[in-house]
Amino acid sequence: MADPEIKSYEPYHESRSAAVTESRPAQAVLMAIAFAFLGIFLLLPLIIVFHEALAKGIGAYTQALVEPDARSAIHLTLLVAAISVPLNVVFGISAAWAIAKFEFKGKAFLTTLIDLPFSVSPVISGLVYVLLFGAQGLLGGWLKMHGIQILFAVPGIVLATVFVTFPFVARELIPLMQEQGNGDEEAALSLGANGWQTFWYVTLPNIKWGLLYGVLLCNARAMGEFGAVSVVSGHIRGLTNTMPLHVEILYNEYNAVGAFAVASLLAGLALVTLVLKTLLEMRYGAELAATRGH
Amino acid sequence: MTTAPAQAGWRFKQPSVIPGFGLTLGFSLAYLTLIILIPLSGLVWRSASLGWTEFWAIATDRRTLNALEISFGTAFIAAAVNVVFGTLVAWVLVRYRFPGRRIVDAMVDLPFALPTAVAGIALTTLYAPNGWIGKLLLPLGIKVAYTPLGIVIALIFIGLPFVVRTVQPIMEEIDKEVEEAAATLGASRFQIITRVLFPGLAPAIITGFSLAFARGVGEYGSVIFIAGNLPYKSEIAPLLIVIRLEEYNYPAATAIAAIMLALSFVMLLIVNLVQTWSRKRYG
Repeated sequence: MADPEIKSYEPYHESRSAAVTESRPAQAVLMAIAFAFLGIFLLLPLIIVFHEALAKGIGAYTQALVEPDARSAIHLTLLVAAISVPLNVVFGISAAWAIAKFEFKGKAFLTTLIDLPFSVSPVISGLVYVLLFGAQGLLGGWLKMHGIQILFAVPGIVLATVFVTFPFVARELIPLMQEQGNGDEEAALSLGANGWQTFWYVTLPNIKWGLLYGVLLCNARAMGEFGAVSVVSGHIRGLTNTMPLHVEILYNEYNAVGAFAVASLLAGLALVTLVLKTLLEMRYGAELAATRGH
Repeated sequence: MTTAPAQAGWRFKQPSVIPGFGLTLGFSLAYLTLIILIPLSGLVWRSASLGWTEFWAIATDRRTLNALEISFGTAFIAAAVNVVFGTLVAWVLVRYRFPGRRIVDAMVDLPFALPTAVAGIALTTLYAPNGWIGKLLLPLGIKVAYTPLGIVIALIFIGLPFVVRTVQPIMEEIDKEVEEAAATLGASRFQIITRVLFPGLAPAIITGFSLAFARGVGEYGSVIFIAGNLPYKSEIAPLLIVIRLEEYNYPAATAIAAIMLALSFVMLLIVNLVQTWSRKRYG
């Protein structure tokens, strides 16, 4: 029979004696400081986005969103995410398979390299492609001769986005698959499954929530990336402007309602991401590797 | 009966019954090389081919030096602020129970999820002289937007989750027994925190600091709106790279980028050394 005492037992949070926690007033002060800090630095920026977007009413708000340049920015952002996220998913699964399932020399170094894009400024992430594909770049002349446009066009934006979002899926899957070990796969193989079947019917179901978690973060960054994309896009209105770049242009033209209207869509995306992420952590926390820490 | 040689000497890969090693490692390496390594080594190659005198001239240019100083200085201050408040937020989230704790906990990740440009225009609107917060600070003579202080504010926003999310899991793992033992032995609450809890948290706090700092140094999107971008005063290094690129001054853009990468690398190296030291000292 279930003992209600044990059922509601939490390891140590609930049963702290006075000696190992702060006095009530001290707790209240610390909580007040923390809430004030979070309120000023996190909540207010979020509120002001929607406040400014709706400053001139709902009509002006929807008007700003259906305007052709805004619509093409939304299209481009969705397109770029739709290309770069799957690319990084394939890479993430492949890298995690190689790193988590096998022991080989240089593994730690490879893992470090995968995290490299996180320690590079977004502007530099864009710059490296300009140096490669730009008019004065290493491949610039060759590209021009063959009439291939990479910079100031969709391929450049996709490349920069892929660079910036490169580690997200891999770094979620690697620790997860390492933790799960090889037992399930070895069992499947010994029962006669081939490699592909093993991956599809055994590994993938094991990692699906972790994968979704990685995709979620990867997608949020892909849709919101500003610095890297800004360097390679050329800011051609209606053609190479993603949503974050469109926000910048409108804002610099003192079109606050327009800028914040588009920004509110991105803020909405961020909120949806956070809600889904929290739900995943609550329900499948045990099946996620990086429920904490990034 | 055949037995595998007990000691096979140097071996690239341990034997395994699981298939797909060649395919997955090959694909991963090819993708990594194409997307990350070749473009980055292009940057290194370009800056190496600049020649020492030209490189030195760009590096010691007043505007470059000021931009680097502003980027690293503001990132340092913001990371330090985040260490204090981020640790406090983590403490409140781990130790205290209050309604809505899950929501507050989820909110901490907002800077990870909110596009930087959105954060930039939101913070600028808040801290502009006629903004909600700027209006309150103006009578006190404090100007935030369009000054280096604005850069610090933006970088505090960007860096907060790095500190909270590194410190929080370590805090959760602290054994209650350790604190109880200290209390039984007569330590005051203050002594327990500074002498017992803090040393255990120090490595995580340093990691959080370095992550927030590294992110802050390279940050662009949230900063350029609030900074005012005055050369020599509130112009960050990533922005100077963009400006040089727009002038088609590739050598200068490349050199500044290379300096930034090298400095970040040195900083991370120092942080790693400090961390090893603190693990030895307190671990």
